[in-house]
Amino acid sequence: MTSAIAPGPLSPIIATAPALDAAEGLDVAAHTPGQLAWRRYWRHRGAAVSTVIMAILLLIVIFSGLTTRYGVNEAVLDISEGKNQYLPPQDIAWFGTDDIGRDIYSRLILGIRTSLFIGVASALLSVFIGTAVGAVAGLRGGRFDDIMMRVTDLFLAFPFLVAVIIVREFLGNLPWLTPIVGEKSSVRFVICLFAVFGWMGVARLVRSQVLVLKEREFVEAARAVGGSSTRIVVSHLLPNSIGPILVALTISVIAAIVGESTLAFFGLGPQPGAGGTSLGKLIELSREGAKQGNWWLVAFPCGSLVLLAICINFIGDGLRDALDPKLDSGK
Amino acid sequence: MLRFIVRRALWMLPTVVFVTFLVYIAVRIGWNPVASYQRANPRASKAKLAEYREINGLYDGFFGYLRGYKEWGWRFVRGPDEWSRSIKGRADVYSPLRYAFFNTLRLGLVSAVFGISIGLFLGVLAARRPGGWFDTTVNTAAFFLGSIPPFVSGVVLQLIFAVQLGWLPPAGLYPPGHQGFDLVLMTKHLILPVTVVAIQTISAYSRYMRASLLDVSSADYLRTARAKGISEGAVLRRHGVRNALIPVVTVLGIDIGGLIGGLIITENIFNYPGMGVFFIRASTNGDFPQLMPYLVLIVVSVLLFNLIADLVYAFLDPRIRLD
Repeated sequence: MTSAIAPGPLSPIIATAPALDAAEGLDVAAHTPGQLAWRRYWRHRGAAVSTVIMAILLLIVIFSGLTTRYGVNEAVLDISEGKNQYLPPQDIAWFGTDDIGRDIYSRLILGIRTSLFIGVASALLSVFIGTAVGAVAGLRGGRFDDIMMRVTDLFLAFPFLVAVIIVREFLGNLPWLTPIVGEKSSVRFVICLFAVFGWMGVARLVRSQVLVLKEREFVEAARAVGGSSTRIVVSHLLPNSIGPILVALTISVIAAIVGESTLAFFGLGPQPGAGGTSLGKLIELSREGAKQGNWWLVAFPCGSLVLLAICINFIGDGLRDALDPKLDSGK
Repeated sequence: MLRFIVRRALWMLPTVVFVTFLVYIAVRIGWNPVASYQRANPRASKAKLAEYREINGLYDGFFGYLRGYKEWGWRFVRGPDEWSRSIKGRADVYSPLRYAFFNTLRLGLVSAVFGISIGLFLGVLAARRPGGWFDTTVNTAAFFLGSIPPFVSGVVLQLIFAVQLGWLPPAGLYPPGHQGFDLVLMTKHLILPVTVVAIQTISAYSRYMRASLLDVSSADYLRTARAKGISEGAVLRRHGVRNALIPVVTVLGIDIGGLIGGLIITENIFNYPGMGVFFIRASTNGDFPQLMPYLVLIVVSVLLFNLIADLVYAFLDPRIRLD
């Protein structure tokens, strides 16, 4: 799972790279750093194409009332009118039907909706927690920092899947936690579960950013004029680490989506209730689909997951290039 | 050096004890062995239940966990004959775990050897001409392949090569009913699982190697080597790749977790009788006596690989001070 994250050092933004931008024909003097970043982002071909694809996908998902053809649990035709299970792609079901005759196309749209929600929600949660913990650890240092590094070391070294399954059972069997995180099979629980794992990477990232930035002159100046620690973190350290944090956010989104599908693959995913489905639930079906040779059960759910993964990774890559121009991609 | 190794190795023991204690508590709370026992034996009498608690040391409360862990630990250390039997079927735990371990070791070793060597090779070739057509191809392919989760590549390969084309067997270690050892059959069954794990490894390691080699490519010692008039190939082999391997080796030690995760998924898709299948089955049954030895094995191997990575790193890079 870690391999979905592009390796590469995330060095802090020290300065924009005027030479690089000028070489690429960007007029540095006439634009704000934000405008430069925006242009650099759209210059990244993969990121630009991915953004367009994601935008289209988001529109399809948001207007699922218009784009779906059947309800989430609706069979394409009544069983009395003919066989409706495992129909290959055809007029009445563009992407074929599943084991009880439901339309894969409509379920896919609704499933991507749930999965995107899980991804974005748990990414926001883990970035929020991770930023707070990482900033405090980096600024304060000492015992808290030591303990945090040890805990994250331990979890990051452990096989992700094993750790997720253990923590899932553990959190799911604590009765006093259930009112907060929900039942083991709920969407809320899965979001919390991935936040439990997701904050660690972000915290380490923010910590290393803070460690570098807090030695810089502008932080010293802020301290000299009497700025409190909170003020220094909120208005100096975090805005200057926004690039890596945004990249971490995009990567957390896809990590959570893939994670949900992985759990569902083992039958441990969320059951989004009678009115919903998730990408994971459809992927779970493709496991049987492959053995039976029903290719459409594999191609469409797996294809959309891979499409999501590639697009979001590209967007992360583009953001990295745009917000951290010192880090050229090895060209 | 020796002092460093001994000290690090001695530190491993308390770490293993501490981490397995945490895992023990998580498993006791998470899978609740008493409840799983009642699920597996719904008509067990009160006395039977009390006996079961006694045998496995399933006491309640924090001090109960502490006492239970102590008793479990002693039994575990005294050897497989003393281990308690599985909840489901009252079966021996050691021999299936051993069987699964060697199956996983075989799959893991073969795919790691293939994946890492191909990945490193591609990375070196790509870094020779950064920005060239080969570099671009490898980079793009690694990016796309790295974005594919292992269960997707597993299911797709199984569908295409095993079910649709029928070239390779879809699942298992041998065809059903097969007895004894057969290298050809085993290799055929290994091809697809190895490919799935290797795809992940190749895409990760080609990128690591490329980045690492580009990092050292501007180093002074490479300029010196070139200035001495050594051929470009020898510079790369003797000075470039050797130094570039140092950070890659540490990643290798840390990545064992990712490899184990990929193996769990792959084994379950291809029904390969390894530790991943063992773990998922034990987890579904809530089988406490099966889960604990497995998790101890995982904890020990993760810590061991981290230790080895540290040692190899120190050995390869003499600038690193050990004390």
